[in-house]
Amino acid sequence: MATVTLDNLRKTFGKTEIIHGVDIDITDGEFIVIVGPSGCGKSTLLRMVAGLETVTSGEVRINGARVNEKEPMDRNIAMVFQNYALYPHMSVFDNMAYGLKIAGKPKAEIAARVADAARLLQLEPYLQRKPRELSGGQRQRVAMGRAIVREPDVFLFDEPLSNLDAKLRVQMRLEIRQLQRKLGITALYVTHDQVEAMTLADRMIVMNAGVAEQIGAPMEVYENPATTFVAGFIGSPPMNFLSDSALPALPPTTRLGIRPEHVTLTAPGRGRADATALYSEALGAETLVHLRLGDGEQVTARIGGKTVPPAEGTELGLAWPDDHAMLFGPDGKRIPPG
Amino acid sequence: MEKRVTFKGWFLPLLLVLPQAIVSAVFFFYPAGQAVWQSMFIPDPFGLKSQFVGLGNFEYLLGNSYYRASFVTTAIFSTLVTVVSMGVALYLALLADRLIKGSGTYRTLLIWPYAVAPAIAGVLWLFMFNTRVGVVAWYLGVLGYDWNHVLNGTEAMGLVVVASSWGRISYNFLFFLAGLQAIPKSVIEAAAIDGAHFWTRFRTIVWPLLSPTTFFLLVVNIVYAFFETFGVIHTITAGGPQQATTILVYKVFSDGFVGQDLGSSAAQSVILLIVVSALTIVQFKFVERRVHY
Amino acid sequence: MSGQSGMVEKRGAGLWLTHAGLIVGVLFIFFPIWLAFVASTVTQPEIARPPMPLLPGDQFFENYRKALLSGVNAPVATMLLNSLVMAMGIAVGKIVISILSAFAIVYFKFPGRKAFFWLIFLTLMLPVEVRIVPTYEVAAGFGMLNSYSGLIFPLIASATATFLFRQFFMTVPDELAEAARVDGARPMRFFRDILIPMSRTNIAALFVILFIYGWNQYLWPLLITTDPSMNTIVMGIKQMFPSGDDIADWPVIMATSILAMLPPILVVVSMQKLFIRGLVESEK
Repeated sequence: MATVTLDNLRKTFGKTEIIHGVDIDITDGEFIVIVGPSGCGKSTLLRMVAGLETVTSGEVRINGARVNEKEPMDRNIAMVFQNYALYPHMSVFDNMAYGLKIAGKPKAEIAARVADAARLLQLEPYLQRKPRELSGGQRQRVAMGRAIVREPDVFLFDEPLSNLDAKLRVQMRLEIRQLQRKLGITALYVTHDQVEAMTLADRMIVMNAGVAEQIGAPMEVYENPATTFVAGFIGSPPMNFLSDSALPALPPTTRLGIRPEHVTLTAPGRGRADATALYSEALGAETLVHLRLGDGEQVTARIGGKTVPPAEGTELGLAWPDDHAMLFGPDGKRIPPG
Repeated sequence: MEKRVTFKGWFLPLLLVLPQAIVSAVFFFYPAGQAVWQSMFIPDPFGLKSQFVGLGNFEYLLGNSYYRASFVTTAIFSTLVTVVSMGVALYLALLADRLIKGSGTYRTLLIWPYAVAPAIAGVLWLFMFNTRVGVVAWYLGVLGYDWNHVLNGTEAMGLVVVASSWGRISYNFLFFLAGLQAIPKSVIEAAAIDGAHFWTRFRTIVWPLLSPTTFFLLVVNIVYAFFETFGVIHTITAGGPQQATTILVYKVFSDGFVGQDLGSSAAQSVILLIVVSALTIVQFKFVERRVHY
Repeated sequence: MSGQSGMVEKRGAGLWLTHAGLIVGVLFIFFPIWLAFVASTVTQPEIARPPMPLLPGDQFFENYRKALLSGVNAPVATMLLNSLVMAMGIAVGKIVISILSAFAIVYFKFPGRKAFFWLIFLTLMLPVEVRIVPTYEVAAGFGMLNSYSGLIFPLIASATATFLFRQFFMTVPDELAEAARVDGARPMRFFRDILIPMSRTNIAALFVILFIYGWNQYLWPLLITTDPSMNTIVMGIKQMFPSGDDIADWPVIMATSILAMLPPILVVVSMQKLFIRGLVESEK
């Protein structure tokens, strides 16, 4: 049960600042996802909370108390690593029990807590096995189990699903979310996968080049991205951006953002812009139509899977409702409507 | 290459390196320094005081015909040992590599002379070629060849070369076989389909792909021939006859401990030190380059 | 490694020629040892009148008993014990000091780390033979002549094992140390609970190589032990040859040679897999 506060958190390696001041108040039991492309500083941010990286300036507070100088073990956190970091020579039981053993807990209590975690994660049949005898998904569960048995204040996840295949990833994503809900433990979760961020987060931090570009609930971020970076990064396929060369009505140097699902195809001359169909990708439930505008910019439209897509080379008009079009200034920031 | 995470503190790590630091300082750096220092002095016959001569010992050595002869002897000896032990090992490894089954068995049969000390190898070969009781020497006599390595320098050299190469074959065999087995079979099959016969395949594919192993073994075997063969020489010929088998290491020993000529022995140590350092640098340069393969 | 990637399979006559070639090689390797074994089972007169027999005689127990219990200068049993102590001392001592310093070098940043690293790098390939006279003087100065410590310490002053462990530690994922830190393990606890158990195979392989290295030492024991009761078996054999024209006691000498070869051969053959791995990894 814990709150976590990051207060103007900065990190410098040598002379380069790579985290440029991140602020957030995380409430008890909240699931926060830090999402961004590789190299954006998201892992560093998490490792600063864990105590594996020193804090250059600013403060990390857990339950209101400054922990900058505390060792990881004294912060009462638990961490799940990307490659799981299971101790290869220890059995599943010993892997989960190791932290408790070091903490000097009585044997009976250790056994009980490991047994509880194993039941929760359906690991009971594997307790005596070594990590190498487990599948990827099972190893993932052991890593989770190791975090759970410590009954930490905060869970830290560093891209825990990226070593799994696509199907397992979806399944484990669900399990992590359910588990965190059930245990009610505050969680920080780092990923580069915007789908994971959307599905897991209570709130997400979208990071770019060491800056938290936007913090908010997934749908809020999706509906109201604060910058072109966030707008382009969250959502798949990404948002379309049109400049004033394609839309003469736009103020100069601004860009108009419109999500593919809001683009509708009409006859040439009937929409807000004209375009040529390039090719389409039928995904089953929906079809993505890729088009080229007169100035060469590309636009993607998302249409129903049953609709017959336009043939290559077809001239079309593009339309969209005004309330879904977003205007971004030359600095990439959103210009509020009105 | 560095670890991303390191533990804090400086006292514990210093404590951890202390044992190695002490042993290295006392038994390595101090003696090595002493060797360099002593190489610039000539002690008087009673060992009471010594006279500084600068590079005099080195000048004397390089002008000394015995020392120069020892250099030549070492060159001949180490070349022969390297060529013989690597040649035989490569031949056997090529044969074993042709087998789909059983190469492991031959490996087991060929591996264990590695465990035999050079000095013991010397005793075994001395026993076979002993001029009085040696069974090989006797049969050579029956064939009309009068074997006597005690008097004949060439025969003595031949004997120490064979005895030194013998145990080394298994070491080289292990590396050559591992190197051969690391060559992808598809490459060789492709060449076979292209119509290349065994010798062509060996020359154009196997040998070039094996060259990292070969080069590594070359350096290691030269170092072996320089130093570790002391036991062979000491047991079989004691450097004789007429210094025909006195390699550099043997001379360091005989001048320093038998002849008690400490200045000269130390200077010889320093020269050897330079030779090994050069070999080491060559090896590391090569290892660095090999990373790009 | 059973020829999975061989040089295109041979059949028929070619296969037999391959086997024949290998068998000749094996015989060449075996012959000196066979002859030594035969000589250790016959009487002195049988050897003194060449050619000696090529098949074992009936003096096996007699010769080995004589070698082990009385030897020539000292009982071989004593020399075997000395060799065992020396080889074990070198193997264990070198592993212990190396693994400790490798741990420090890899997992800590401390003042002088770089300097220390380069200093031990220097010790890498300079064998004891090169610095033999001054090392002898140091050992003599410490009163280490005719002692186990004199046999052992000067030979553990080299960094090969340190480098091997360093290389291995570098391959251990960073996350393991981090996980241990999160689990609350302090450095020595991590070392004991995680790093050492993970290094088991490396330690074992290194042990084989160092045991043989120590057992087979010749020049150093020759200098440092003047008292026959401190002789190691490998250097003691040479001491069994008479000076002058006397005929050597070949059966006893050959029995001693066989005894001297046996322990390292047993170690190599029984730990073959480990040993090959250790060798190919450590020296490449």
